[in-house]
This record gives sequence, C-alpha cells and structure tokens, in this order.
Amino acid sequence: MCLAIPGKIISILGEDAYTRTGDVSFSGLITTVNLAYVPEAKQNDYVVVHAGFAISLLDEEEAHATLASFDDLKSSQE
Amino acid sequence: MKYIDEFRHQQHVELLATVINNTCTRPWTIMELCGGQTHAIMKYGIDQLLPTDITLVHGPGCPVCVTPLQAIDKAIAIAALDDVIFCTFGDMLRVPGSTKDLMTVKAEGGDVRTVYSPLEAITLAQQHPDKQVVFFAIGFETTIPTTAMAVYQAEQMGLKNFRLLVSHVRVPPAMEAILSSSENRVQGFLAAGNVCVVMGYQEYLPIAHKYQVPIVVTGFEPVDILQGILLCITQLEQGRFEVENQYGRAVRKSGNTTAQQMINRIFTPVTRPWRGLGEIAMSGFELNADYADFDAENYFQTGHITTREHEECQSGKVLQGILKPSECPEFGGRCTPESPLGATMVSAEGACAAYFAYRRQQSVTENNIQ
Amino acid sequence: MSENNYLVEACPLPIGQYDKIVMAHGGGGRLMQQLIDKLMLAEFDNDALNEKNDSAVVTINNARLAFTTDSYVVKPLFFPGGDIGKLAVCGTLNDLAMSGARPLFLSCSLIIEEGFAIDSLQKIIQSMSRQAKAAGVNIVTGDTKVVEKGKGDGLYINTSGIGVLDTPMNISPTMLQHDDVVIINGDIGRHSIAIMAEREGFKLEQPLESDCADLSGLVKLLLDGGIEIHCMRDLTRGGLATALIEISTTANKQIMLEEAAIEVPAPVRGVCEVLGLDPYYVANEGRFITVLPSTQAAQALTIMHAHSLGKRAVVIGKVDANSQAMVTLKNKIGTTRILELLSGSQLPRIC
Repeated sequence: MCLAIPGKIISILGEDAYTRTGDVSFSGLITTVNLAYVPEAKQNDYVVVHAGFAISLLDEEEAHATLASFDDLKSSQE
Repeated sequence: MKYIDEFRHQQHVELLATVINNTCTRPWTIMELCGGQTHAIMKYGIDQLLPTDITLVHGPGCPVCVTPLQAIDKAIAIAALDDVIFCTFGDMLRVPGSTKDLMTVKAEGGDVRTVYSPLEAITLAQQHPDKQVVFFAIGFETTIPTTAMAVYQAEQMGLKNFRLLVSHVRVPPAMEAILSSSENRVQGFLAAGNVCVVMGYQEYLPIAHKYQVPIVVTGFEPVDILQGILLCITQLEQGRFEVENQYGRAVRKSGNTTAQQMINRIFTPVTRPWRGLGEIAMSGFELNADYADFDAENYFQTGHITTREHEECQSGKVLQGILKPSECPEFGGRCTPESPLGATMVSAEGACAAYFAYRRQQSVTENNIQ
Repeated sequence: MSENNYLVEACPLPIGQYDKIVMAHGGGGRLMQQLIDKLMLAEFDNDALNEKNDSAVVTINNARLAFTTDSYVVKPLFFPGGDIGKLAVCGTLNDLAMSGARPLFLSCSLIIEEGFAIDSLQKIIQSMSRQAKAAGVNIVTGDTKVVEKGKGDGLYINTSGIGVLDTPMNISPTMLQHDDVVIINGDIGRHSIAIMAEREGFKLEQPLESDCADLSGLVKLLLDGGIEIHCMRDLTRGGLATALIEISTTANKQIMLEEAAIEVPAPVRGVCEVLGLDPYYVANEGRFITVLPSTQAAQALTIMHAHSLGKRAVVIGKVDANSQAMVTLKNKIGTTRILELLSGSQLPRIC
C-alpha cells in the first residue's frame, strides 16, 4: 500500500504552508507536487512522493549509512 | 545519491541473500502488510533468494483486498447517479462489487474517472459546479494525509459539491487482530515503510512487546526488503522482539507530524470492517463532525446498502497467514483468477492470485535447475 | 515454503461477468483476446485468420499476399513525433512488414466528426501522403463519413493494406527453433509515454517523441540480407511483453528475456515509476522484435545497425524449445519472473 517514489525538487512555488508546491523531477518527468507536509524542504532536496504529495524529506546521511552498513556486513562474512 | 538504483544494486542483493541464508537456522514465518512490498517481492523474485525455511506471508496490505464489499457497492451506487463525477485511484476500478465493478458503471454511462491524486478531484469540483464530485478515499495511513488535504482545501475554497466516500484503514489494529488470533502463525513483521513515513513507528512498540514479535520498518526496493528480512530473522534467531527501522532515509520515529495533525483535524478513528477479516476495533476513519458535510455516505444516503460475501471464500484466513491458499478447498477449482470468489484472488497482489502462479514459477525453477 | 513470483500490473478481473464492452476490452490483454477468440474467430473461423498474425497471408494465383487492417483512435490527434495520419500509415505498413511482405497498396477510411477543422484534416492527410510516398506505397482507395457532433471524437481512421511476399519463407511463431535469439530494434515505451505526457500535460525535462515509424525498409534489409527470419511482431498495444507472450503461446516454447539488455529511456522509466506502470506492457509504434537463428544474430545486428531505425538493435532473449510456453524475464538482480498477460490495460495505481 503506498506507491511512493523519490524525486528531486527542481523549484518551489508559493509561500503558504498548505498550498506550497514544487516541481519535482523523477528521472526526467516533472510533476507538480504539493509540499504541505514537508515545510522544511528546499530546492534540490529529495522527497518521497505519493499521490501528488511529498510525504517525507529523504535523509542523505541515513541513505549513505544504510549502504555503508553493507560494507560492514560484507566484512563480517569474510 | 538518487535513492533508487543504489537500493537495487545486485551486489548488495546477493550479499544480503547470502547472509540471510547463513543466519536462518530454523523455520520462520514473516508477514509483510503492504501491497507495495508484495508487488516488489513478486517483481524482483525476492522469495527465490530466501531459504525454504522462511515463509513470507502477504498480509492484508492492499486496499483491493481489504476494502469491504459494502464500500465498493456504495461506490458503485453513487458512481451510477446522474450529476455525479466519481473519482477513484486506478487500483479500485475493476474490483467486483456484489454485481458489477466501477469499470462497468463507466461502460453503462457513469462518469467514472481515474485520478492520480485527490487534488485532481478538487480541480474537477471547481470546474463542474453543477456536478457532485465524489472521491473514493481508500488506502492506509500513507494516503490519508492526501485526502485530508483535499477536504481541507475544499473547505477553504467553500466548495459545496465535493464529497468523500471514506474507506481508509489503519495498520496497527490489523496487526493486533492477526497476532491475537488463536490460530496465528506469524512470528515477525515487515512494517510498511511509507505508512511509517507518515505515522512513525511508536505505535508498534507496545505491539512488539505485548506479542513478542520483531517488527522491522522496511522500504520497497529489493535491497530494503532483503535487509528488512535479515533484521527480522536475526531478531528471531536471537530471541529478541524489538521495533527496528530499516527505512531510515525516509522514516523518523515520530513520523510526519504535520501530516498527522492534518489527519487528526479532518478524521477520527472508528471501528471498520475489513474484507475477509470482519470488524476490527478503531481500524478505520470517518470524517470529523466539523467536516460531516463532505461525507458522501451522508449526502447520498447509502446506509441501506448491504452485501454478502461468498461463504466459501476463506480470504480472511489467508490474509492472516493462517491458511495457505492451496489449503482452501475452492482454490484452483471454483476459485481462480478468471472467476474469483474473493478479493485475494481478484487482486494481482492478493495472496491467492499470487499463489496461483507460484506453482507455474516453481516448475520453471525446477526445470532451470535440471 | 515461500510465496510466489507472479506479476500482473493491473488486477486480473473475472472475464466472464461482462455483458457490455468495457474499456479493458480494447486494452490488448486477456479480455480483448477472449473477446476476439470467442466472438470474431469463432464466427469467422478460417485458416488465415486463425493464425492470428499481424497480417493474414493468403495465396492468390500462386502469389502470396499479405492483407491487414487497423483502426486508429489515438488521442490527442497531434503529438510529439507525429499525428494520427502518420500513425495510421506506419501502423499498417508495419503489420504488412511483420509477415515479411513488401507493402504495395493502402486504403484510407475516415470517420470525421461534424465541426472538425478542415485545416487539421489537411495536415493529417498530408502527413499520410508523405509517409506513404516515402514508403513507395500508394493509397489507392478510401471512404469518408461524417458523424454528428458528439458522436465521433474528432477523427477516426482505418487503413487496410496489401503487400506481396517476395520471400518463400513462412514467418510465423510456429517457425521458432530452440536457441533462436530475440532481437529488438531499439528502446521501449516512447510512443505511449509521449502520448500520455501530451494528453495529461506532463512536463518532461527532455522532450519525448513517439517512436512512430515505418519499419518496412528495415525489414526489407534483413530479408534482402538473407536472414532466416522465423517470426516478427511489432510491439503495439500491450507492448513487448504481450507480443512475446502471444508468440510463445502459439509456438508452445519458452522465451527467456534479459532485463539488462532491454533499454528503457529515462523519461519512460520516470513516468512508469510514478504512475506504477510497467514499461514492458506499453505500446510502441516503431519497434519490433525479430526471432532468428542464433548463428545469424551477429549478421542481423550488423544489418540493423546500418539503418536509422535499427541503430540500437540488440539481442534481448532467446528461445528454449525444451520448455513450456511462457515468457520469463531475468531481472538485473539475478532472479527470474514470469511475464503474464494483462487482463485489460494498465491503470495508474497507488498501491
């Protein structure tokens, strides 16, 4: 339940918290996404988008940490 | 970092599969409660990478499977009315109600439209003031903020022709219903990552503790699912039952508080029936009293619509992981994907339909090994 | 025992329950096939039709001719990379070419809605003329009907075509052999996604054009080059997966695909990811697959690479005659899944 895709905010329009939208790029497709639920999002941030709304800001450090954990896992197997 | 390909990397997949195989020493049953995860597991053949000791059960995580027949019949009744534009996510278009589906209603002249976002329904309501625009609000907590915002915007704009047919559901009560059943076989859960994006995972802590099951918040790419399984299996092997967050790049413990505030503003938890599972306490939502005007059931007076499921359908037990699809007497006989008796055979991500092709896949795998 | 590995992009539906035509009947999937099998094939019943190829091959006075027809209802009528006219000509030329025929003559039948702009009609007719001339083909007959406003959606076009088979080869799924390779002439998804983007108002970072093109020239090069073509299919409605499933079913042999070899351009991937569509099932109008002996693969690729429509031709799979009819796809992560027919057409989903 919940097809949600990561995309990059190309530009942001509007000031009002609930109607602020962003142009988000998904591998070249740009859709207008409601940013009400990511008030802290800025241009060039990556967000998770579901049904036309950004529901989360993607944390790059956490993403790298997850990937780095695989290096640790690999070493533990050797 | 683009957040997609990195989490589909073959080397990571192989590594995780190897470690899972090395870690697992005895049979375990894990349930995932998310149509999106079921889809990913099937698309990427994740089950082919797991040891046979691990049983992956597809729980009640797809709106097609769990939306009650009654809700679909109400949707059909409303969609068939003149002066109604009925908007729905594509997923629901071909789920059969008691006698027909929404696609047939369209064929018969109903104005049924597939939309990608509830905000499209708001736009339609603005463009067609002479019509009632109804949005079929199905889905779990991931989707509820989006319909909540639609209602909020409708209120702000003073729209008098926008209605919501509410059939939203919550995951934690369903998890508890499954775990509290005397026939429960599930030993660990992969929690739906995007549901937790919105709600966080604090709600799962008491569940993990009470029922002594590990719960791992898991993403949707193959690497995520395999890591989620690994974390779950590791806990099981070690006798731990904690809530872990595999999907850290998107999920925070407290979730998205802005979204939660909007949900609470517009909706109230209420007891709802789940198709195949029956009523689960506080497992659904209804519009708050302040927003009752937007409720489609009130406006269209659909309270009189009652329905009955096929008695032979045991999808409820399948959804809880108590019964394997092949153990159902109707499986493959009276009940097939072409002529399903219940939702789990209708939906591509339903356990029964999925299992139907498993036997074909199994024979392919055996042939390839030879 | 773990669960399965079965993907259908849209929910399968109980076929038998419909007594009216629904949109899914036009989707190129199982529902449409059943309609055709149970209604048209059952009634019309003859050998040529029952082959179910893109065009029918018939013999008249010792000449083998290919005969085909197709109707075009695309919306919007004008799209990046073409228009309904270009589509109507190329589509029918391609159907003829898929049987190995050299296209000779086309018909053009128009159903025009009252109120349709004549200069739009002119543009479309000119487009058809240009395309036919470029292929060396004449549009020799036609028909024009006008329907009342509200009854016609602008314009519908039907084109039928006749071609001649210069080759004695029988090009059909029944000719598939063990170890044959499957070659595609390029990437997938451009037409459908370009149309969808235009219709839904999607913005794309790079403009995407339909791949609509006349493949008959490229096919002729292969035939003239002495390639022993066993089967060809263009990848229109239902996409790559549907075409291969149909071939596999008729041939009663397994076709094994490699995901890594199949190119999906970035904007197609982006749109499909966002809407939950599978690019293997979306229509193309300038792409085809050809199945031929593995010993000729290198030669076929050389020929194709020299043509503008074959520059990115590549082997994407092979035939296993020792296994049952099915199409399997080896994922980039090393697992395998079976590709199944859709019930209807794909719908955007949130789950």
